[in-house]
Parts: sequence; structure tokens; C-alpha cells
Amino acid sequence: MMRFNDKRIRVIVGHYGSGKTEFAVNYAFQLADQGKKTALVDLDIANPYFRSRERQQQLEEKGIHVYSNTFGYDITADLPAITARIKAPLEDETCHTVVDAGGDDLGARILIQFEKYWKIADCDLFCVVNANRPETDTVDGALSHINRIEQETKLKITGLINNTHLMKETTTEDIMKGYRLCSELSEILETPLKYNCCMEELQDMLQLKTKNIEDFHLFKMKRYMRSSWLDR
Amino acid sequence: MSEKVLMKGNEAFAEAAIRSGCRYYFGYPITPQNEIPEYMSRELPKVGGSFVQAESELAAISMAYGGAVAGGRVFVSSSSPGIALMQEGFSFLCSTEIPLVILNVSRGGPGVGGIQPGQADYYQATRGGGNGDYHLIVFAPSSIQEAVDMMEMAFRVAEEYRNPVMILADGLIGQMMEPVVLPNPIPDAVREGILKAKPWALTGTKEGRPHNVVKSLYLKPEELENRIMEMDLKYQKAKEQLVRYETNRLEEAEVVLVAYGSTARIAEEAMELLAEEGIQAGLIRPISLWPFPYEAFDKIPEKVKAVISVELSRGQMMDDVKIGSKGRFPVGLSSRVGGILITPPEIAADVKKVLGVER
Repeated sequence: MMRFNDKRIRVIVGHYGSGKTEFAVNYAFQLADQGKKTALVDLDIANPYFRSRERQQQLEEKGIHVYSNTFGYDITADLPAITARIKAPLEDETCHTVVDAGGDDLGARILIQFEKYWKIADCDLFCVVNANRPETDTVDGALSHINRIEQETKLKITGLINNTHLMKETTTEDIMKGYRLCSELSEILETPLKYNCCMEELQDMLQLKTKNIEDFHLFKMKRYMRSSWLDR
Repeated sequence: MSEKVLMKGNEAFAEAAIRSGCRYYFGYPITPQNEIPEYMSRELPKVGGSFVQAESELAAISMAYGGAVAGGRVFVSSSSPGIALMQEGFSFLCSTEIPLVILNVSRGGPGVGGIQPGQADYYQATRGGGNGDYHLIVFAPSSIQEAVDMMEMAFRVAEEYRNPVMILADGLIGQMMEPVVLPNPIPDAVREGILKAKPWALTGTKEGRPHNVVKSLYLKPEELENRIMEMDLKYQKAKEQLVRYETNRLEEAEVVLVAYGSTARIAEEAMELLAEEGIQAGLIRPISLWPFPYEAFDKIPEKVKAVISVELSRGQMMDDVKIGSKGRFPVGLSSRVGGILITPPEIAADVKKVLGVER
């Protein structure tokens, strides 16, 4: 089991469609599996579908507290109504909290109103990068995306997450392409490449391919957010 | 062809429209298609095009009508209640024979409904909400790639038939991510040629040609009847030439599912669940919803015990399934509504119920 060397609060930002939510949900499940008191805060008010709260029941069965909009299970509400209760896990120093922010700079804007929690020493801001998304497939494109998120939120990214994939068509070469892109970003931004995400079925191959790379952190992922029939 | 990228449906539709030569977009925001006006507002000016956010969908379709009358490749998008507001415009565009491509990223209804995916716009799309003897030509993609490949064809068909073409994609296809290969942009020369191929367009008479008139008012009944009969000839030709569908495992089937859009993909997984229980199910996937592929139903073997319309609406497509079945088979319905996607086990259960099998 992978031990995370991250801060207590992990805020996840990135381009919409980069796989933020899949990463956030996987991260929360792994924290819970490690026996940690875990909460998932869904701050995605930009995207109407594929939100982490759609997995609320499954998460709660694992003991993960899910905080989303004021209407709880009403996942379809496209109102930017965030419940004040989300402050509870942020203030609880024993609670490991994953915050799934909305996509892009506009989606991340919501972080501003809770800024005092992100400015404490115990908070990481991770940016998910998918090098197969047309706007973040080059160093310049990804940098301008990250800059926009940082400017909008007035926060600094503390880690990069390589989540380069093409859904069911993903190969280890996709992940390596993202690894190379994120390594370059990491040097320019002077911020670590924390994890390289990889779905279960590719893990053995990726491990073999990267065994000579020092500090290659593979993050094991399962598919929680997509129905099986979507990726037949 | 460019390389494969990962795109959200709505982004891919917008990019495909631009690459298909669309330079004019008029719209008004509505979930779940907001990424399209957002994308168009950012990207159209870069290729010399124009984006206008109208004050309502009725204004948007009227602006689109104006742009298309002037010969432009014009694209509008909206979602179910917004499409309802555009119906008057569709009737006018059909009456005046003006090409346009419409994308409906459909959600629940009636009324404002909800924002989750729905297919209850089937009647609205295929029977029309506007007045008069007209049809929209309607295509329904079941993947982002199919939608993207359909876009250029939709513009061509609209121009060839001088009739609006609707791409009916449900909210799920608009919101999901899929790997996609985008088409190459059509060359500028081709794009410029498109205007020349529209001698009816209102492009100004400085070069001395006679005035073109675009109108939908005919006060003499004989004139109006002639007009309608001319349009009808075109619709009869469309019925012969524009039918598109796919079939899957029809030959060995004992039951046939009929489904379009995302629902067809759910139905395919249901077919596998049924096969595990020894029930052979086939599939008809209409791609053109108008004209509807009635001829596909002639291929259904006599031994089939039932035909089941699988849809996210309460039996709207089932009407066409009945027409296509010509009374040869009992017709059933498998459906969820309100924005809930039907699941493969639910379809399988409905099939078993119709077949009267308990296993």
C-alpha cells in the first residue's frame, strides 16, 4: 500500500477533463483504506455531470465523509450552492481531506472564498495534467493553464499529478509522454511531480518500463467515475 | 487527419463545426451545452468568424436565419427547452429553404425539466414543434467520434437539401470525454466556393444580378400549395437517400432492441448480459431519426419474439418502431426518464419481462 507524504488538506485543480475527479476519488479511497479519517469535498460547481458526489454512497460506505452542495444527494442541481458544512473537515486537524475543485481557472475560482484554509502550512495544491488534452499537450499550453489557475486563486501549486490517458485506449507510452511533460513543468515551476496515475491493467507494464527511473511515483487508479458501457 | 486527442463532447462538436467551415454562431447559454458557446466565443474570432450571444434562443435562431440567408455556414446549439424556443425559426428556415446546422444536446423535460441527459426531444426533433408541412433532417450520434464525423456531412446535407439539419446528441455525449480524431479543416478555397454555390443567397446586387427574394408568406393558396409540393419532393428524396442505421446480431436474434445515441451503447452491454443467460438479442441503431430507418425492420427474422424500443423517454421512438415493425412483432418499451440513464441490467430485466421468461 502506498503511503502518501502529503499535507493533510489536498486541493485538486486542473484543466477540465484532465481527470481531477477520478484522481480525487481514488485518492480518498486509498486514504480510507489506510485507516485514515477521510473527507472528500466536492467544490465542482462548473461541471454538471461526472461529479465526485455521484459516488457519494460508495464513498460513504467506506467511511469517507462527502461534502458537496447544500442539497446533498441532489447531484443534478447546477446551483453554485456550497454548504457551510464543508468547513468542518477543513478545520478538523485529524481529518485527511481531498478537495475536488472545478475545472480550469474559472472552476478553481471557488477556492477564493475559503482561502484561509489553503494558506495554512498543512495544505497542498495539486494540479492534474493530462498531456492528451489539446490545450495542455505542450509545456507552454500547460504552463499557461497553471498560471491562469494560480492567478485566479492567488495560490501556488505545490505538486503536479501526471494523469495522461486516452480512456480505454491508454498505453504506457501515453503515461510516459505525460511523465516527460510534467518533468519539464516540474523543473520550470520548481515544484515536484508527485504522482503518475496508472489504471490497474497497465501497472505491471509501467513498473517494468520505469524501473530505472529514480523517484517515479506510480499512483494506482481504479475506474470509479465511468460506467462500464461507456468504455466498451 | 490529426492525431488522437482527449476531448469533451461539446468541445469536439464546436471544433468540428469550425473545421467544417462554420464561421457564424449565435446562441444563448443553457446546460449541458455551455462549453459550445464558450468555445465558439473564444475560437471563432481567431478564424475570422463571428460569435454573438443573443438575448434569447428565439433571437439566436433569428440571427442564424439572417446569417444563413446571406449564404454563411451557420451553426446553432442549445438544449431541449432552448430548442423548444427555436421552433418558430426552424419552420421559417424550412419554408424558405435555408440551410443551417442545429445541435441539440438534449436534457430532461417537459418544461424546464432537469439538466441530466434525456431523449424526450424525439417528437420535437422528428415531428417538429413549428407549424406547417416541414421536416428537420435529424441525425443521432452515439459517440463523440461519430458526432465529429457527422458535422461536415450535416453542413453538406443542409446545403444540398436547402433544409436545416439537426444533430441530436444527448447530454451525456456532450459532457463525457472520449478519445477523438478531428477532421482536417476544409480548405479556404472550398469554403469560399460554398458561397458561390448558393445563387439564392442575399449577397447584394452590386454586380447587377436581379434581386433575390427570401419569403415564407404566400397569400395565394395555389402558390402556397405549389411551394409545399416542391418541398415535399425534396423530403421524399431525403427518405430515399438519407436513411442511416446500423444493425448488430440481427440474424441470430430472438429479441431485437432498438436504441439510438448513448442508449445504444447501454443496450449493447445489455445484449451481452442477456447472451450470458442464453437469450440472443439483436440491435437496430437508427442514426438518422428523420428519415427513420423503417427498412431496417424488414431485416428482422420472422422467428423474433419481440422488438423493444429502448429510450430515455416514454415511448416516443416506439411509435416509429411500431410503424417499422408493421405488426409483425409485439413491440415493447424499456425506458428510464427524468435524467436517469437506464442500466444494462434494467434493459435485460425488461427484455425478460416482455419475453415472459423467469430465469
